Amino acid sequence: MNGPSNRLSSKALVHFTLLGYTLIALFPIILVIINSFKSRRAIFTDPLALPGPDSFSLAGYAKVLEESNFLLFFGNSLLVTLVPLFLVMLFGAMAAWALSEYRFRGNRLLALFLAMGIMVPIRLGTVSILEIMVGLNLVNTHLALILVYTAQGLPLAILILTEFVGQVPEELKEAARCEGVSEYRLFFQIILPLIRPAVATVAIFTMVPIWNDLWFPLILAPGPSTQTIQLGVQQFIGQYATDWNSVLSALSLAVLPVLVLYAFLSQHLIRGLTSGAVK
Amino acid sequence: MKRAFPWHLIFFLAPAVLIYTLFSAYPLFDTLRLSLFTDSPDGVRQFHGLGNFFTLLGDDNWSGPFWNALWNNTKFFIIHMLVQNPIGLLLAALLSLKDLRGARAYRTLIFLPTLLSVVIIGFIWQLMLSPLWGVTEGFLDFFGLGFLFEAWLGRESSALITLALISVWQFVGIPMMLIYAALLSIPDDLIEAAHVDGASPWRIFWRIRVPLILPTLGLVTILTFVGNFNAFELIYAVKGALAGPNFSTDILGTFFYRTFFGYQSQIGSATMGATVATMMFLVILVGVMLYFFIVQRRLTRYQW
Repeated sequence: MNGPSNRLSSKALVHFTLLGYTLIALFPIILVIINSFKSRRAIFTDPLALPGPDSFSLAGYAKVLEESNFLLFFGNSLLVTLVPLFLVMLFGAMAAWALSEYRFRGNRLLALFLAMGIMVPIRLGTVSILEIMVGLNLVNTHLALILVYTAQGLPLAILILTEFVGQVPEELKEAARCEGVSEYRLFFQIILPLIRPAVATVAIFTMVPIWNDLWFPLILAPGPSTQTIQLGVQQFIGQYATDWNSVLSALSLAVLPVLVLYAFLSQHLIRGLTSGAVK
Repeated sequence: MKRAFPWHLIFFLAPAVLIYTLFSAYPLFDTLRLSLFTDSPDGVRQFHGLGNFFTLLGDDNWSGPFWNALWNNTKFFIIHMLVQNPIGLLLAALLSLKDLRGARAYRTLIFLPTLLSVVIIGFIWQLMLSPLWGVTEGFLDFFGLGFLFEAWLGRESSALITLALISVWQFVGIPMMLIYAALLSIPDDLIEAAHVDGASPWRIFWRIRVPLILPTLGLVTILTFVGNFNAFELIYAVKGALAGPNFSTDILGTFFYRTFFGYQSQIGSATMGATVATMMFLVILVGVMLYFFIVQRRLTRYQW
């Protein structure tokens, strides 16, 4: 029953299945990217071919870069992603440290309150968030998005980081305190550097949903100067729906940063997914 | 002896607690509160009790679209449970096989679509399925199945299913990774022992591995539930706020958006928007409570 040939063929079947699914996962993305470099005619006559000498064309990219503010949208997205990312990591680590290190009244309750945001999507509070932003005169500013994204990212960051801060050895903290190191220096100069790997994992989990969000840019900052890349692509494509070159190029440009980032960080991300975050 | 005031505690906790409270927790409770109010035509906000809920569930203009959106959303969720999570389980089971070459490459590549924005994925699939481009049609032709091709996204009968499958395609990486991690954490000795006892790989999988990863399957279910009942971007990107054709792809997220901001002849209403958000909150709450009180409790009992 478990002869060598049988084992060989079942191994082949496993690879066949996984390879097949990998192709299904990548095919649409690859198709869009290769066709974004082709002339309009080649896109339709032979969509599966790679761009060749006679079919290569950058017309789509030229149009996207000329007729939309793609670079501005990129910049906006970077700003409203990186600032919350920094704040979530810093404030998240500080809160995680306080919750796990100090015993005070209401500690448990506060931890529970902060963890609530993991299960309840912040989107459900949109009506009130918009009214707050109108009241603070922050509509169509980057600050509105920065505040909301920071609030959105904190619960998961605190949950994951509390776990890691708790693993810092007692002796280390005791030793530092005996030396007369203040609580602030202890955190910033000893603890924070120690939990850097965990912070990196948290960074990726925080960043991806913020970069990809459409809901809050649509509601809080739809103005032409504050648009993020998701909203920009959305509107550009609506406008040029029939111009396939530009549409394919716009999609490729929007995919690119994530692909590059993933190429660099995939191991980190997957390690995070398969170890720390699951517990 | 009087203890010094714990300034450091305030210093470490205040930024996170303040931002989270002001821009996440408070707005959520305030939105629930706003669902009990109504704006009169001259803009005065007044207490309305459960009036908005009676309107939403009792008025023909409201209850039809609401139940339609809720039912579509349920179908959206069921398709994810029937397609996404079994595929995720299958892929995870294969990836966790011992001595599998290339496992790292497979899981990295299969996970990739999950990271891309839903907006972009929606557009990509819209192009792929477009009869104008003919990529899908050509593909089916290759297998002699070209006659099956239709404009799936354009038909009332198939648009929602197609969108759900697009979402499944994108997010299959999440159940795959979570289940994969759970499978890896099963001690080898357990599997070895069963193997020595003569259990077939198939039997080992269903009788030993699956029961041991039940908590993870529960987690995957609740994550899918919360994600699906909070979905919006994909439908909006592909079908717009009207969730066509004829509202056949309308889910709670798009219904909420239209109620809040208005569309065509209907004027948007903050308080009715809050009411819809509250209903979404209740749906998610019921799901999360079921998860905590039934699924998780029973699973822990099962484990011991």
